Amino acid sequence: MGVTKEQVESSLVSKMNPSHIEVIDTSGGCGASFVIEIVSSQFEGKRLLERHRMVNAALAEEMKEIHALSIRKALTPEQWKQQQEAENPKPAAA
Amino acid sequence: FRCFASALTPELKSTLDKVVTSNKVVVFMKGTKDFPQCGFSNTVVQILKSLNMPFETINILENEMLRQGLKEYSSWPTFPQLYIQGEFFGGCDITVEAYNSGELQELLEKAMCS
Repeated sequence: MGVTKEQVESSLVSKMNPSHIEVIDTSGGCGASFVIEIVSSQFEGKRLLERHRMVNAALAEEMKEIHALSIRKALTPEQWKQQQEAENPKPAAA
Repeated sequence: FRCFASALTPELKSTLDKVVTSNKVVVFMKGTKDFPQCGFSNTVVQILKSLNMPFETINILENEMLRQGLKEYSSWPTFPQLYIQGEFFGGCDITVEAYNSGELQELLEKAMCS
């Protein structure tokens, strides 16, 4: 029995209260493999290693089955907003 | 059947303490630096090679006790695991991000000079 994208999502939602979350299933047939982007106010004041540890801890049960996990983004809402604005600049106000 | 006993025996812990402090940069990985057996491990090896930093690698596929014990030792569930100057630095994603930001180069240069 593997782990589904939905299970990963629901564990992260209930434990990290994210304002944005994206879980991408990247398993190529060799087992559960996911890429995660998560934005949560719980990351505030935490270094990257701490943030990743928090995500790993939230998925402790699932990690027993997960083959590979990549945390592509672990941002605070403020950092997320800045990134979104940098990537999609708003058209100048008319 | 699952064994709940800790894989991190006091003997293994003191061995790991020695391994991570006797080398400035150590990677516990799947395979070896010349023959990585997983894309994530390969990524970390290529980054360290590109920075021309001397580093040791230890193949966790050859020793199941070591593999399980290390997860507890680092409180990190996956491999590769990068150690710099005796301290756990992170897995593949953290290493890539620190490399892109320049933080890794800085830290490694400091480690080499100390």
